[in-house]
Amino acid sequence: MENLLSIKDLKIEGLSDGKWSEIVHGISLDVKPGEVVGLIGESGAGKSTIGLAAMGYTRDGCRISGGSVNFDGKELTKIDRKPHQDLLGRRIAYVAQSAAASFNPAHKIIDQYTEGPAIHKVMARKQAQLEAIELFETLQLPNPATIGFRYPHQVSGGQLQRAITAMAMSCKPDLIIFDEPTTALDVTTQIEVLAAIRDVVTMLNTAAIYITHDLAVVAQMADRIKVLRRGHEVEEAETKTMLNAPKEEYTKSLWAVRAFKTPAKPKITEGAYPILSVQNVTAAYGTEIVLDDVSFDIHKGRTVAVVGESGSGKSTTAKVITGLLPQKHGKVLYEGALLEASFKTRNQHHLKNIQMIFQMADTALNPRQTIGEIIQRPIEFYLHLSPKAAKERACDILNELELEPSQYLHRSPSELSGGQKQRVGIGRALAAEPQLIICDEVTSALDQLVAEGILKLLDKVQQTFGLSYMFITHDLETVRAISDEVVIMQRGKVVEQGATTSIFSPPNHPYTDLLLSSVPKMNPDWLTQLLKQRAQSTAG
Amino acid sequence: MWEEFKKAPLSAWFGMLMILCYLVLMVFADLIAPYSETEVVSFQYAPWSSEFLLGTDNLGRDMLSRLIFAARNTVGIAILTTILAFTLGGALGLLAATIGGWLDQILSRLVEMLMGVPALILALLLLTVFGTGVVSLICVIAVIDATRVYRLTRSVAMNVVVMEFVDAARLRGERMGWIMRREILPNIMPPLVAEFGLRFCFVFLTISALSFLGLGVQPPTADWGSMVRDNATLISFGDITPLLPAAAIGLLTISINFIVDWMLHRTSGLKD
Repeated sequence: MENLLSIKDLKIEGLSDGKWSEIVHGISLDVKPGEVVGLIGESGAGKSTIGLAAMGYTRDGCRISGGSVNFDGKELTKIDRKPHQDLLGRRIAYVAQSAAASFNPAHKIIDQYTEGPAIHKVMARKQAQLEAIELFETLQLPNPATIGFRYPHQVSGGQLQRAITAMAMSCKPDLIIFDEPTTALDVTTQIEVLAAIRDVVTMLNTAAIYITHDLAVVAQMADRIKVLRRGHEVEEAETKTMLNAPKEEYTKSLWAVRAFKTPAKPKITEGAYPILSVQNVTAAYGTEIVLDDVSFDIHKGRTVAVVGESGSGKSTTAKVITGLLPQKHGKVLYEGALLEASFKTRNQHHLKNIQMIFQMADTALNPRQTIGEIIQRPIEFYLHLSPKAAKERACDILNELELEPSQYLHRSPSELSGGQKQRVGIGRALAAEPQLIICDEVTSALDQLVAEGILKLLDKVQQTFGLSYMFITHDLETVRAISDEVVIMQRGKVVEQGATTSIFSPPNHPYTDLLLSSVPKMNPDWLTQLLKQRAQSTAG
Repeated sequence: MWEEFKKAPLSAWFGMLMILCYLVLMVFADLIAPYSETEVVSFQYAPWSSEFLLGTDNLGRDMLSRLIFAARNTVGIAILTTILAFTLGGALGLLAATIGGWLDQILSRLVEMLMGVPALILALLLLTVFGTGVVSLICVIAVIDATRVYRLTRSVAMNVVVMEFVDAARLRGERMGWIMRREILPNIMPPLVAEFGLRFCFVFLTISALSFLGLGVQPPTADWGSMVRDNATLISFGDITPLLPAAAIGLLTISINFIVDWMLHRTSGLKD
């Protein structure tokens, strides 16, 4: 069969510090009609850049410097403005990562949907509206007849992502480029979107390029997978072949990421004091109750994972424990002693012993301080060491973090990669020599390989210093890898809690089951089987 | 640092050169000026000559000497006033952003009240009440300009206060002063520095305007604003001498703005 899209030896340059440097080094990619090709790789691999280049487009500060992009006989690198505009939206469509940021908040969804067909004169607005409703129904959006007449902020993130997929389909394009369409979604919502995308793509026999960093997701979607790294192709194969027998070392390392598991720790001795005890805590923002009667314990040297979807109250729990959000009712005990509700009135002993690592390392490190200053401050502040001794201690900590002190002490955070920044965040917490560290989604902004490195580091540090972790995450794979106990939260309540091994084996609370079954598996038939199962159980 | 300077555009270089000239005049006024600031050396309105390069003023004082001494007076007062305005407005703005709550409400409403009255009218009013003198002049203009500085500082600091590194410092138990000085201030410096340059121009213009109206720097102290007023009649005879102090004001303002433009461009991270 003839290729719909044929990219040959594509080279793209990016502008940095006034110089053009190559960021995509000669990539070739063919897509046949109706075929779904998955592009995977870590951030900086050039996935999105290639995805956009497949439409003959580059971001500001980028340019196509060589090679060809041929779409259905038309050379997109040399195409004129007018015929290019006729192609975009009508024959090639693009679905961006964040639907919330892609929709115009000032217009109703249906008006934005009908814009494409109207501009390209495919059909009249009225008819496009009717088709939209049909498509919304296919995508299983609630109230398909009326949902389009809402504004983007009036529907949920997952629904919006489905609506934008529908919008991309509005002109029945031959090729759709999906750029991480489910990355920002919770696991349970992700399934609905994945299923919806797959349904319409099969129904209309559309070809697609599916860009993601999540292997298990791409396994469900793609017929063929291409692995990229730093603008180079690593390898390409049919999905099944790629999953079962990857050839390259790099691909194998990507596949192996999820194998990390910390060894099981000994049982808690009967009657031992928990280091932290959250008892019947209720908290609210104004009158809006966000935590309702939450209780759990954290024992010395152990990791408790707090899991839930966005809005479940995980981060709020951390805020109550740190004292940023004083609770309404209930109490928090530290080593059996009552913790003051607000951090302002807590003593230094309590402040020192409970440290926090934040999700976004970018905003958690002061960009105007050096790494040395950031790590030394807690040492000087809590341990009252002289500046010289504090510096030595900071060097020890950097060594512990596997960052060479002589190289990193004088750098500013902007000179570090995402993973290195998160290591510094860990270093700042360690510098206080705490007993308990609260890790708030510390790996969710990182690539899988980097995240694994951070998890291993946390595990090593825990064993060296006998720390306890409260590990907040939405990623169940991370939970399985590092936690001893799990607390599952939904809408501000604890749904289920217990040892990790027992939570991950049935029988479970229905919500836990839903969460667990929603995590994509590397098996390419997983989504199909899961949907079949769920359909049966609702029918039965 | 030097690398940055080398990359500066021509306009910024021009501004820096001009400011250097002004500084030299200010510091070495006694050595450069041919006559003293207040001495009557000739008859009124003497024309330009080899003896009096720019002629004399309405009382027969040497124009060139007074122009040079005025640099010291006017610019000196303006710098002092701007520094005072920034200390006051900056400190209160930081405080309001960091502590928030009722303190922020009170300060902000107070500032809005002051800003509700046109600056020049308010200055005239306050100067009439407190009397005209260099000290009250500096204080009044500093307070009025501090309101603008407060607004800027508060709004840029608000963006930094919500960052997690500020939360981290709070949870560490740091004092408010440390958080403001070490965590927030370094992050809001670029816009504040740019504002300092602009604010200096405005202060400077306000002083000149007040002096022109007779409420600013008082005679016999030389000052560009009052020099324009005193010699204004000469204009009707086609003599450009009274425009020279005005030109001195204009040149300094433009020079500073050139530098500020360059700094703003640099911190905004825009590519050329």
